[in-house]
Amino acid sequence: MASVEFANVRKSFGTHPVIKGVDIEIADGEFVILVGPSGCGKSTLLRMLAGLENISAGEIKIGGKVVNNLAPKERDIAMVFQNYALYPHMTVADNMAFSLKLKGAPKSEVDKRVKPAAEILGLSPLLDRFPRQLSGGQRQRVAMGRAIVRDPQVFLFDEPLSNLDAKLRVAMRAEIKELHQRLKTTTVYVTHDQIEAMTMADKIVVMHDGLVEQIGAPLELYDQPANLFVASFIGSPAMNMIKGKLDPNDGQKFTTEKGIVLPVVKAPESAKGRALIYGLRPEHMTIANGGIPAEVVVIEPTGSETQMIMRVGGDLITGVFHQRISAKPGETVGLSIHAEATYLFDAETGKRLA
Amino acid sequence: MTMTTTAKQPLAFGNIARSNTAVGLFFMLPAAVFLLCFLTYPLGLGVWLGFTDTTIGREGIFIGLENYEALARDSVFWMAVYNTIFYTLIASILKFGLGLWLALILNEHLPFKSFFRAIILLPWVVPTVLSALAFWWIYDAQFSIISWSLMKLGWIHSPINFLGDPNNARASVIAANVWRGIPFVAISLLAGLQTIPQSLHEAASLDGATGWQRFRFITLPMLTPIIAVVMTFSVLFTFTDFQLIYVLTKGGPVNATHLMATLSFQRGIPGGQLGEGAAIAVAMIPFLLASILFSFFGLQRRKWQQGGQD
Ligand SMILES: Nc1ncnc2c1ncn2[C@@H]1O[C@H](COP(=O)(O)OP(=O)(O)OP(=O)(O)O)[C@@H](O)[C@H]1O
Ligand SMILES: [Mg+2]
Repeated sequence: MASVEFANVRKSFGTHPVIKGVDIEIADGEFVILVGPSGCGKSTLLRMLAGLENISAGEIKIGGKVVNNLAPKERDIAMVFQNYALYPHMTVADNMAFSLKLKGAPKSEVDKRVKPAAEILGLSPLLDRFPRQLSGGQRQRVAMGRAIVRDPQVFLFDEPLSNLDAKLRVAMRAEIKELHQRLKTTTVYVTHDQIEAMTMADKIVVMHDGLVEQIGAPLELYDQPANLFVASFIGSPAMNMIKGKLDPNDGQKFTTEKGIVLPVVKAPESAKGRALIYGLRPEHMTIANGGIPAEVVVIEPTGSETQMIMRVGGDLITGVFHQRISAKPGETVGLSIHAEATYLFDAETGKRLA
Repeated sequence: MTMTTTAKQPLAFGNIARSNTAVGLFFMLPAAVFLLCFLTYPLGLGVWLGFTDTTIGREGIFIGLENYEALARDSVFWMAVYNTIFYTLIASILKFGLGLWLALILNEHLPFKSFFRAIILLPWVVPTVLSALAFWWIYDAQFSIISWSLMKLGWIHSPINFLGDPNNARASVIAANVWRGIPFVAISLLAGLQTIPQSLHEAASLDGATGWQRFRFITLPMLTPIIAVVMTFSVLFTFTDFQLIYVLTKGGPVNATHLMATLSFQRGIPGGQLGEGAAIAVAMIPFLLASILFSFFGLQRRKWQQGGQD
């Protein structure tokens, strides 16, 4: 087990910069998740840590040691690839035992490591199969088994659950989390799925276009997004973003472009009179008589909660309510906004002001 | 089953039309007839001639195994058999080794890769007779460029007698055959190498494999199906080689480089003993069958290749 550190890491493919100066510190035993839109450089970052891709500038340290020029096999890292990369000509058992066999471990030792790993992952009945004879989820587990058997310094996962169905994904999520709690191996995990990120991570790194937007604990990112990008990326359904202005005199009044007044609690002085973006999470509102009038556009009851898209002034706002709502599309309801849970962002820089 | 709705059709025809095997056989018919006429007829004629004493210009009569009995006592024939096996074995091993090595190099990221890949094909696209003539000059007793270079370097004092000495001649024709056969092996294996996903190599190197171990445990096993095909063809081509030998040595000196193919031709056409020539050619069949069978079993889909897609 070891800590990991990226210090001003850059990477260009030819002249095309892909990673543009990334600093991340990962403590020993931490479970860190990289999220970000497709093509933002998550896989590239992971591959650089593994040594599969050389870096153009900066430093990567594992356990305090700079590994820039270390070959992959010297870094003691196990990786679960996006496409699993199982050896097609080896059985499940041989796939898992490959690294041990390369080290010349005796058969008894190999068995001692492979058997329990297979047990944990429910692969025991499949040990003699070839990868082609497995389902996607089983292959995924073999890929994880291959990593576990290694007992490496760092685990890397590149969207390991992306090919699984929803139910299996939830099960594997718990499995991986539980595994990490048991092994306490430093883990870097890439995903698109923010539920995965929120539920599994000790720390989330939000990336965008080759840069780190924010690093923090899941709820920290949810409660205090540093900017518009993080605010819109974390949380589902996404945060409502409404353009408008803060009243020049009254810091508690935000006026949308259509003249609707929305409540604000903690606006800084500097924000007064400026063009801003008002952030409101769908879950931070309730239906109440005498609230802001909102016309129901779409209503989707799911039983435990009701999701509604409403028109407020000219803006469409999504809300999630735990009340039963009997309104029909076209009707107008009163919307009460939890002012203390709203955000203000600078319209130009995207930085959060309040 | 959706088939139940069509049960009213005349049953026999419906069943046949629906059976893939029957349809398959039906479509194979034209090809089968064609093959029968144009492949089996010459082959059958050859086999028949082997049982007769036909000479050029005279219809022979059936003489049973007499030709084969004569061959069994014929030391030149046995020399040709030995030469053919030796020639095929050595040349195939060299072609495989060098071809694989070239393919591995060409599969790396090197500058001018496509240029080198094109260059590699040259020996193959040149007509055999032309390259054989070129080798004839290279091996010439007096004007050989190799002898000349080595003499200039001061390593030897007199020209090498490439095609005049039995062992030199064998080595020389093998070298020429290898030169000609490498492109096929190298390019085919290169194609095979390119089907191995890069991520397998990456996974293996993370698992701690050295370059050699990756070759031994990833590249080689995944390449075996292709190696089996390529080497079967290579062995067949080499075993039946004729042009190179015929231009370079005509089987000499003193039959030292006679292969079964060249001996068969020499006895049959210039020698006029069609029956005996055919018998020698027929004697090649068991060897060829053996190598085809070998590859048939080598080529069977390995267990790991069966099952779903990736
Ligand atoms: N070998 C390469 N050559 C050139 N460009 C590359 C190469 N590999 C990746 N890129 C580019 O680098 C950028 C980042 O790619 P990367 O695979 O890291 O994205 P990602 O964040 O993992 O995306 P996804 O979520 O879709 O997997 C992309 O724009 C991609 O086109
Ligand atoms: Mg990726």
